[in-house]
Amino acid sequence: MEQVAFYGFSALAIGSALFILLTRNLMYAAFGLFLALLGVAALYVLAGADFLAITQLLVYVGGILVLLIFGIMLTRPAGERPDASQPNRVVVVNDRRFWGLLLSVLLFCLFSFTILAGNFALVGDTLISRSTIRTLGVELMTSHLLPFEIAGVLLLVALVGAAYLAVNRNPSA
Amino acid sequence: MSTIPLTHYLVVAAALFSIGLAVAITKRNAIGVLLGLELMLNAVNLNLVAFSRHDPELIRGQLFALFVIVVATVEVTVALAIVLRVYSHYRTIDPDQVSDLRR
Repeated sequence: MEQVAFYGFSALAIGSALFILLTRNLMYAAFGLFLALLGVAALYVLAGADFLAITQLLVYVGGILVLLIFGIMLTRPAGERPDASQPNRVVVVNDRRFWGLLLSVLLFCLFSFTILAGNFALVGDTLISRSTIRTLGVELMTSHLLPFEIAGVLLLVALVGAAYLAVNRNPSA
Repeated sequence: MSTIPLTHYLVVAAALFSIGLAVAITKRNAIGVLLGLELMLNAVNLNLVAFSRHDPELIRGQLFALFVIVVATVEVTVALAIVLRVYSHYRTIDPDQVSDLRR
């Protein structure tokens, strides 16, 4: 049962990633990213990371993906006339296909060879099935307090910086 | 608990990373490149989570993945702000056509 779920969600994630690679419509690519993120969240659950899976769904699907779709809508190519009665078709040219595919296939072969040839000496038990929220909370508030605070400052800086950057200060241009 | 070997997670993550790299190279649109980057970051997170299965006391891999998610969010917000500025200046977000620095 668990294996069926694992391979099913792996196939979902990789299949939708391939769909992102092959489709020319950027809107469909964004929806493909949604499916890929969903598959990865399910793999998190299967690896025992329940809180991380929920965070993935909240942050990526609820935040980043909506932001990306807003970005796609706001940056239509010039000369293309948006028709409100038609479905969104944001066609993007795929270029450098040969080199991109060659590089990624070579990289995948290298990774697979390394993973299969590597003999990981894994000490310690595997995660028992319990919630990780307590451990995560305690660790974040004790030994990882400094990175936690730095992440908070980084989010504030990014908020201010993105608001500053996105404002058009030269409306005539 | 789990019967799925670690290497299967790693191979899935390697495939996702490679596809994300191919997306980032082939798409001639800045937001398409961002989609590829998100896929790559997710593959890295999957690696971290898979290794953290063998560290049940202090799940350091999951903590690191949490920070990776935070940084990915920050990256996307700032990148989208820059993309909007580039679009309002050049009227295109094809990275190949945005090639001059002078106004």
